[in-house]
Amino acid sequence: MLFVTCLVDQMAPQVGESVVRVLERLGVEVSFPRSQTCCGQPAFNSGYRADARPVAKRFLDVFEGDDLIVTPSGSCAAMVRNFYPELFHDDPKLLARARRTGERVWEFSEFIVDVLGRSDLGGRLEGSATYHKCCHLLRELGVDRQPEALLKGVKGLELRSLSRAEVCCGFGGTFSVKMADISTAMMNEKLDSVQATGARMLIAGDAGCIMHMQGGLRRRGQDTEVVHIAQLLDRATVRPTP
Amino acid sequence: MEVKSGEFRKVAAATMTDPRLQEALDGVYTGFYKGRIVQALTTDRWEEQREQGRAIKAHVIENLDYYLGMFTENVEKNGGHVYFAANAAEAARYVVDLAKSRGVKTVIKSKSMVSEEMGLNNVLEAAGVEPVETDLGEYIIQLAREAPYHIIAPAIHKSKEQVADLLAPQSGGQKVEEIAALTRQAREQLRPVFQRADMGVTGVNFAVAESGSVVIVTNEGNGRMATSAPRIHMACMGMEKVIPSVRDLALFLRILIRSATGQRISNYVSMINGPRRPDEHDGPDEFHLVIVDNGRLRLLADPALREALYCIRCGACMNACPVYRKVGGHSYGWVYPGPIGAVVTPAMTGLKQAKDLPFASSLCGACREACPVKIDLPRMLLELRSQAVEGTAGNIKHQPEARNPEGPAERLVWRAWRFGMGGRMRFDLGARLARVALLPVARRGWLKKAPGPASGWTTSRDFPLPAARSFRSRFKRVKRAAARERTMGGGHGA
Repeated sequence: MLFVTCLVDQMAPQVGESVVRVLERLGVEVSFPRSQTCCGQPAFNSGYRADARPVAKRFLDVFEGDDLIVTPSGSCAAMVRNFYPELFHDDPKLLARARRTGERVWEFSEFIVDVLGRSDLGGRLEGSATYHKCCHLLRELGVDRQPEALLKGVKGLELRSLSRAEVCCGFGGTFSVKMADISTAMMNEKLDSVQATGARMLIAGDAGCIMHMQGGLRRRGQDTEVVHIAQLLDRATVRPTP
Repeated sequence: MEVKSGEFRKVAAATMTDPRLQEALDGVYTGFYKGRIVQALTTDRWEEQREQGRAIKAHVIENLDYYLGMFTENVEKNGGHVYFAANAAEAARYVVDLAKSRGVKTVIKSKSMVSEEMGLNNVLEAAGVEPVETDLGEYIIQLAREAPYHIIAPAIHKSKEQVADLLAPQSGGQKVEEIAALTRQAREQLRPVFQRADMGVTGVNFAVAESGSVVIVTNEGNGRMATSAPRIHMACMGMEKVIPSVRDLALFLRILIRSATGQRISNYVSMINGPRRPDEHDGPDEFHLVIVDNGRLRLLADPALREALYCIRCGACMNACPVYRKVGGHSYGWVYPGPIGAVVTPAMTGLKQAKDLPFASSLCGACREACPVKIDLPRMLLELRSQAVEGTAGNIKHQPEARNPEGPAERLVWRAWRFGMGGRMRFDLGARLARVALLPVARRGWLKKAPGPASGWTTSRDFPLPAARSFRSRFKRVKRAAARERTMGGGHGA
């Protein structure tokens, strides 16, 4: 089951499309529960738990079942796995459901490497790139070696080391708007590091961070292309049409 | 210390536009932060030790009355006097009253964050007692009449030139330039003060329950001097600083020091077990210990915030924090900056005046990763955000002044969001309508100015239009094409 996320669905559908193509190429049968909307994270992070709860409960209803759930977002996967128990801590039934569902949720790169057991997808893409480590993916899910393995498996890709790759880009959800000046200062430090690599492409794992860095690069007049790791792997594994 | 957390945004903005401060703050990453990482990599079973440290702290905090009781009993057995102060003012009053009753004219201080909570230096001065800081960083900010910028390196924001300007008047206007010369100048200024001081006031890094020992770590030896030269030693500690045994101390010293500065161990580690004994030559005649609550019991009473009391005051969280490294220590407006400050300031001093602090975080988790006792700071920031919104502060429900003033408007936004996310059609429709509404002001799919509450985004970033076709509207087609690709077979790839 694909949990595409509200942001990807409406703002960056091409990321979702790449996820479908890459997974189907790996022999995975991808289904898309059409009723899905959002995991509830924005409200939860802003302190509005009473509003987050019904949206999160709806998520549990939509994704009920035994199929594994794959999502191209570290922060959304972390919301379900790590924070749903917090959100439903005083409702034993929902807490149990949240725990069971949490066990079935996988972030995209984590799924390919740890569940499918694949890291070399036989991909090829010429060009220079650098990788930013999105915070929730890195620290809430502990996912780091998986994206690294997948990118190393792409032949022809010149992966350049990003200085301070583990430092937050400054997105932080509503933080990007609520504390816009701090978010901007953090973004500029990140984009300076990106610029210093001279890489043509910036790769990351979360659509929110991508939107923030991409918007910043445009404003700064930097022509570095920002792609989600799913898009990169899609491009690298696309079969030439006969 | 007066709480100025309400000025967070203003001070943060000024800090971010000051290139000198930004350079100083960047030094925190290359110095302390990197130093901790090196120590973590070169310390045997580092992660295990963090776990153990956390487990011991959790156990102590769950049994705080027992361990404080044991500790106090042993301090008194060693010949020390213990005073429990409910708040900062009471604690300061005890110190001043004792100073006056013993004819104390000069107090030398080794660094104590709890004494900053007490505003002790101001209280002593007002009572006609001269306080002099002996930690070089604290001495510098005392001369500058400023609050500490960092809990380990309080003057980290001061440049060499600024320090030279601050020290010069105390040496008859003689200004020196080199760091070694500046250190020598400070030593020359402080030496006579050490010699004439009647009382030494210190903090407590660890209070060992089984022995009644007070443990102090310094790099300059000022802790050693302040607790042996003057005739009275007054130690101030937060009530959470106790650890069970001397054996635990070994572990805690290791994880504290290596997390704080990236040193293997600090230059001086002192264990004080009461005043000078009758058969000893050196040491103070009297040893006093003030144990301070000042809002800590409120943390203890809230299960969601209790683990803030595990903090061993190493500063690793602020070194790791990308927000602290931009806004600096003064933005937080109280004694403790950075992630721990963002949690304890609202919890101990009141949510209303510190309402911005829990929101001044991208929840990146670097602090939790850095913390030697694995305190889940992001979770507590989220808890405080929830408390700010619900109007519950700690375990005091429905505190009207704790309520978020942006409340009503914001509440409507999230109500609308909740409605929008409540069904797939209204969710999709909402996004489609947004695209239609924004299309006239977009250029090639991008907005230079986002509307309403999102306008903060476009101060520094372009904002994308919602996509022309949502993913959900394209799924079937993409899936069919992918399936076709598979049945065609061949080619490289999976």
